[in-house]
Amino acid sequence: MDNNPSTIELHIPSRLGYEKIAMNTAASAARIMGFTDERIEDLKTAVAEACINAMEHGNKLDESLSVGVVLSMNADSLEVKVRDTGAGAPGHGIAPDIDKKMHEEEKARGMGMFLIQALVDEAEWVSSPRTGSYARMVIHLHHTGE
Amino acid sequence: MQEKSTQVKMDEVQCAGGFITVIRFEGDITSASETAVLGTYKGLPDDARRILLDFSKVEYLNSSGIALVIQMMIAASKHGQTIKTFGLTPHFQKVFTMVGITKYTSLHPDEQTACAAFDA
Repeated sequence: MDNNPSTIELHIPSRLGYEKIAMNTAASAARIMGFTDERIEDLKTAVAEACINAMEHGNKLDESLSVGVVLSMNADSLEVKVRDTGAGAPGHGIAPDIDKKMHEEEKARGMGMFLIQALVDEAEWVSSPRTGSYARMVIHLHHTGE
Repeated sequence: MQEKSTQVKMDEVQCAGGFITVIRFEGDITSASETAVLGTYKGLPDDARRILLDFSKVEYLNSSGIALVIQMMIAASKHGQTIKTFGLTPHFQKVFTMVGITKYTSLHPDEQTACAAFDA
Protein backbone atom coordinates (compact mmCIF):
# COMPACT_ATOMS: atom_id res chain seq x y z
CA MET A 1 0.00 0.00 0.00
CA ASP A 2 1.40 3.44 -0.91
CA ASN A 3 1.46 6.51 1.32
CA ASN A 4 -1.73 7.98 -0.09
CA PRO A 5 -4.66 6.85 1.99
CA SER A 6 -7.51 5.14 0.20
CA THR A 7 -10.89 6.00 1.61
CA ILE A 8 -14.08 4.00 1.52
CA GLU A 9 -17.30 5.50 2.80
CA LEU A 10 -20.53 3.69 3.60
CA HIS A 11 -23.89 4.86 4.85
CA ILE A 12 -26.01 2.20 6.47
CA PRO A 13 -29.51 2.55 7.89
CA SER A 14 -29.98 2.34 11.65
CA ARG A 15 -31.35 -1.16 11.43
CA LEU A 16 -29.81 -3.93 13.53
CA GLY A 17 -28.19 -6.49 11.28
CA TYR A 18 -26.86 -3.90 8.83
CA GLU A 19 -23.73 -3.50 10.96
CA LYS A 20 -22.54 -6.67 9.24
CA ILE A 21 -22.17 -4.72 5.97
CA ALA A 22 -19.72 -2.34 7.65
CA MET A 23 -18.04 -5.20 9.49
CA ASN A 24 -17.46 -7.21 6.32
CA THR A 25 -16.31 -4.18 4.35
CA ALA A 26 -13.77 -3.34 7.06
CA ALA A 27 -12.63 -6.97 7.05
CA SER A 28 -12.14 -6.87 3.27
CA ALA A 29 -10.08 -3.68 3.54
CA ALA A 30 -7.96 -5.17 6.33
CA ARG A 31 -7.43 -8.36 4.32
CA ILE A 32 -6.24 -6.37 1.29
CA MET A 33 -3.81 -4.51 3.55
CA GLY A 34 -2.31 -7.76 4.85
CA PHE A 35 -3.64 -7.89 8.41
CA THR A 36 -3.62 -11.31 10.04
CA ASP A 37 -6.84 -13.27 10.50
CA GLU A 38 -6.69 -12.65 14.26
CA ARG A 39 -6.52 -8.88 13.81
CA ILE A 40 -9.30 -8.99 11.22
CA GLU A 41 -11.55 -10.81 13.70
CA ASP A 42 -10.73 -8.18 16.34
CA LEU A 43 -11.60 -5.41 13.89
CA LYS A 44 -14.85 -7.09 12.82
CA THR A 45 -16.11 -7.22 16.40
CA ALA A 46 -15.02 -3.63 17.09
CA VAL A 47 -16.68 -2.24 13.95
CA ALA A 48 -19.88 -4.20 14.54
CA GLU A 49 -20.09 -2.98 18.13
CA ALA A 50 -19.43 0.65 17.12
CA CYS A 51 -22.17 0.47 14.48
CA ILE A 52 -24.65 -1.09 16.93
CA ASN A 53 -23.89 1.66 19.47
CA ALA A 54 -24.38 4.31 16.77
CA MET A 55 -27.70 2.78 15.71
CA GLU A 56 -29.07 2.19 19.20
CA HIS A 57 -27.72 5.08 21.26
CA GLY A 58 -26.81 7.69 18.65
CA ASN A 59 -29.66 7.33 16.18
CA LYS A 60 -32.17 5.73 18.61
CA LEU A 61 -32.88 3.04 15.99
CA ASP A 62 -34.54 5.63 13.75
CA GLU A 63 -34.20 3.91 10.39
CA SER A 64 -34.43 7.22 8.54
CA LEU A 65 -31.08 8.16 10.11
CA SER A 66 -27.99 6.57 8.70
CA VAL A 67 -24.73 5.55 10.31
CA GLY A 68 -21.70 6.78 8.39
CA VAL A 69 -18.65 4.55 8.23
CA VAL A 70 -15.38 5.84 6.82
CA LEU A 71 -12.45 3.49 6.30
CA SER A 72 -9.08 5.13 5.70
CA MET A 73 -6.44 2.70 4.47
CA ASN A 74 -3.03 4.17 5.24
CA ALA A 75 0.42 2.71 4.61
CA ASP A 76 0.60 0.96 7.97
CA SER A 77 -2.77 1.43 9.61
CA LEU A 78 -6.47 1.20 9.02
CA GLU A 79 -8.70 3.83 10.60
CA VAL A 80 -12.45 3.36 10.92
CA LYS A 81 -14.79 6.18 11.91
CA VAL A 82 -18.39 5.39 12.77
CA ARG A 83 -20.58 8.47 12.85
CA ASP A 84 -24.13 8.98 14.13
CA THR A 85 -26.43 11.93 14.80
CA GLY A 86 -26.42 11.63 18.59
CA ALA A 87 -24.80 13.66 21.34
CA GLY A 88 -21.95 11.23 21.81
CA ALA A 89 -21.07 8.22 23.87
CA PRO A 90 -21.90 8.52 27.57
CA GLY A 91 -18.61 7.12 28.81
CA HIS A 92 -15.72 4.94 27.87
CA GLY A 93 -15.10 1.26 27.82
CA ILE A 94 -15.22 0.28 31.45
CA ALA A 95 -14.38 -3.37 31.95
CA PRO A 96 -17.47 -5.43 32.73
CA ASP A 97 -17.72 -6.88 36.22
CA ILE A 98 -18.86 -10.43 35.59
CA ASP A 99 -19.57 -11.06 39.28
CA LYS A 100 -21.93 -8.07 39.40
CA LYS A 101 -23.59 -9.24 36.20
CA MET A 102 -24.04 -12.76 37.57
CA HIS A 103 -25.52 -11.32 40.76
CA GLU A 104 -27.76 -9.00 38.71
CA GLU A 105 -26.17 -5.89 40.22
CA GLU A 106 -25.10 -4.78 36.74
CA LYS A 107 -26.94 -5.16 33.41
CA ALA A 108 -25.93 -8.19 31.37
CA ARG A 109 -25.56 -5.88 28.35
CA GLY A 110 -23.18 -2.92 28.04
CA MET A 111 -19.91 -4.47 26.93
CA GLY A 112 -19.62 -2.94 23.46
CA MET A 113 -17.35 -0.01 24.24
CA PHE A 114 -15.14 -2.16 26.43
CA LEU A 115 -14.69 -4.67 23.61
CA ILE A 116 -13.90 -1.93 21.10
CA GLN A 117 -11.25 -0.48 23.37
CA ALA A 118 -9.78 -3.89 24.14
CA LEU A 119 -9.65 -5.13 20.54
CA VAL A 120 -8.19 -2.22 18.56
CA ASP A 121 -4.91 -0.32 18.96
CA GLU A 122 -6.53 3.10 19.30
CA ALA A 123 -10.12 3.97 20.20
CA GLU A 124 -11.74 7.29 20.95
CA TRP A 125 -15.24 8.70 21.06
CA VAL A 126 -15.78 12.26 19.92
CA SER A 127 -18.96 14.03 20.98
CA SER A 128 -20.27 16.62 18.59
CA PRO A 129 -24.04 16.97 18.79
CA ARG A 130 -24.16 19.62 16.04
CA THR A 131 -22.14 17.85 13.37
CA GLY A 132 -22.52 14.24 14.48
CA SER A 133 -20.57 12.26 17.03
CA TYR A 134 -18.24 9.47 16.10
CA ALA A 135 -16.20 6.54 17.32
CA ARG A 136 -12.70 6.34 15.86
CA MET A 137 -10.77 3.09 15.81
CA VAL A 138 -7.33 2.32 14.44
CA ILE A 139 -5.43 -0.92 13.97
CA HIS A 140 -1.76 -0.91 13.03
CA LEU A 141 -0.15 -3.39 10.68
CA HIS A 142 2.89 -3.71 12.93
CA HIS A 143 0.96 -4.41 16.08
CA THR A 144 3.15 -5.05 19.10
CA GLY A 145 0.42 -5.81 21.64
CA GLU A 146 -0.70 -9.21 22.92
CA MET B 1 -32.62 -7.31 5.14
CA GLN B 2 -33.32 -9.08 8.39
CA GLU B 3 -30.89 -10.21 11.04
CA LYS B 4 -30.09 -13.85 10.42
CA SER B 5 -32.13 -15.92 12.80
CA THR B 6 -30.80 -18.14 15.53
CA GLN B 7 -31.53 -21.82 15.20
CA VAL B 8 -31.35 -23.82 18.39
CA LYS B 9 -31.47 -27.59 18.78
CA MET B 10 -31.59 -29.43 22.06
CA ASP B 11 -29.94 -32.81 22.47
CA GLU B 12 -29.21 -35.26 25.23
CA VAL B 13 -25.91 -37.06 25.01
CA GLN B 14 -24.53 -39.87 27.11
CA CYS B 15 -21.16 -39.17 28.68
CA ALA B 16 -19.19 -41.26 31.11
CA GLY B 17 -20.91 -39.74 34.10
CA GLY B 18 -24.47 -39.85 32.70
CA PHE B 19 -26.66 -37.74 30.44
CA ILE B 20 -25.82 -34.17 29.50
CA THR B 21 -28.19 -31.67 27.88
CA VAL B 22 -26.64 -30.00 24.83
CA ILE B 23 -27.96 -26.72 23.42
CA ARG B 24 -26.69 -26.34 19.87
CA PHE B 25 -26.75 -22.83 18.41
CA GLU B 26 -26.60 -22.08 14.70
CA GLY B 27 -26.57 -18.79 12.77
CA ASP B 28 -26.38 -15.43 14.52
CA ILE B 29 -26.69 -14.70 18.23
CA THR B 30 -27.73 -11.07 18.68
CA SER B 31 -30.32 -9.00 20.51
CA ALA B 32 -32.91 -10.66 18.24
CA SER B 33 -32.08 -14.07 19.72
CA GLU B 34 -33.72 -13.68 23.13
CA THR B 35 -36.56 -16.12 22.46
CA ALA B 36 -34.23 -18.63 20.84
CA VAL B 37 -31.65 -18.51 23.62
CA LEU B 38 -33.64 -17.92 26.80
CA GLY B 39 -36.79 -19.60 25.51
CA THR B 40 -34.85 -22.77 24.76
CA TYR B 41 -33.25 -22.66 28.18
CA LYS B 42 -36.67 -22.33 29.84
CA GLY B 43 -37.83 -25.41 27.92
CA LEU B 44 -35.12 -27.64 29.35
CA PRO B 45 -36.26 -30.65 31.35
CA ASP B 46 -36.53 -29.95 35.08
CA ASP B 47 -33.91 -32.56 35.86
CA ALA B 48 -31.26 -31.09 33.53
CA ARG B 49 -28.27 -30.44 35.74
CA ARG B 50 -25.35 -30.50 33.30
CA ILE B 51 -25.66 -28.26 30.26
CA LEU B 52 -23.34 -27.98 27.31
CA LEU B 53 -23.47 -24.99 24.94
CA ASP B 54 -22.40 -25.75 21.36
CA PHE B 55 -21.25 -22.67 19.40
CA SER B 56 -19.55 -24.57 16.57
CA LYS B 57 -22.12 -23.45 13.97
CA VAL B 58 -22.49 -19.85 15.14
CA GLU B 59 -21.62 -17.44 12.35
CA TYR B 60 -21.97 -14.10 14.12
CA LEU B 61 -22.05 -13.23 17.79
CA ASN B 62 -22.12 -9.72 19.23
CA SER B 63 -22.15 -8.24 22.73
CA SER B 64 -25.96 -8.36 22.90
CA GLY B 65 -25.78 -12.07 22.11
CA ILE B 66 -23.10 -12.56 24.75
CA ALA B 67 -25.40 -10.78 27.23
CA LEU B 68 -28.09 -13.40 26.49
CA VAL B 69 -25.57 -16.15 27.24
CA ILE B 70 -24.81 -14.40 30.55
CA GLN B 71 -28.55 -14.23 31.33
CA MET B 72 -28.79 -17.96 30.67
CA MET B 73 -25.84 -18.54 32.99
CA ILE B 74 -27.53 -16.45 35.70
CA ALA B 75 -30.66 -18.59 35.44
CA ALA B 76 -28.61 -21.79 35.43
CA SER B 77 -26.72 -20.66 38.50
CA LYS B 78 -30.01 -20.09 40.35
CA HIS B 79 -31.11 -23.63 39.45
CA GLY B 80 -27.84 -25.22 40.53
CA GLN B 81 -26.97 -26.21 36.98
CA THR B 82 -23.45 -26.39 35.56
CA ILE B 83 -22.71 -24.98 32.10
CA LYS B 84 -19.74 -25.85 29.91
CA THR B 85 -19.05 -24.47 26.48
CA PHE B 86 -17.42 -25.70 23.28
CA GLY B 87 -17.02 -24.77 19.63
CA LEU B 88 -16.19 -21.09 20.04
CA THR B 89 -13.68 -19.71 17.54
CA PRO B 90 -10.33 -18.60 19.00
CA HIS B 91 -11.52 -15.00 18.65
CA PHE B 92 -14.65 -15.56 20.71
CA GLN B 93 -12.73 -17.65 23.24
CA LYS B 94 -10.64 -14.50 23.69
CA VAL B 95 -13.74 -12.29 23.93
CA PHE B 96 -15.40 -14.58 26.49
CA THR B 97 -12.18 -14.49 28.51
CA MET B 98 -11.99 -10.67 28.26
CA VAL B 99 -15.48 -10.18 29.66
CA GLY B 100 -14.89 -12.71 32.43
CA ILE B 101 -17.42 -15.37 31.46
CA THR B 102 -14.75 -18.01 31.89
CA LYS B 103 -15.11 -17.54 35.64
CA TYR B 104 -18.55 -19.18 35.35
CA THR B 105 -18.15 -21.59 32.45
CA SER B 106 -15.19 -23.46 31.04
CA LEU B 107 -14.39 -23.32 27.32
CA HIS B 108 -13.49 -26.49 25.44
CA PRO B 109 -12.37 -27.14 21.88
CA ASP B 110 -14.87 -29.92 21.16
CA GLU B 111 -17.84 -31.85 22.54
CA GLN B 112 -15.83 -34.83 23.71
CA THR B 113 -13.45 -32.72 25.79
CA ALA B 114 -16.31 -30.69 27.21
CA CYS B 115 -18.24 -33.84 28.19
CA ALA B 116 -15.17 -35.28 29.88
CA ALA B 117 -14.74 -32.05 31.84
CA PHE B 118 -18.04 -32.66 33.67
CA ASP B 119 -16.51 -35.76 35.22
CA ALA B 120 -13.07 -34.29 35.89
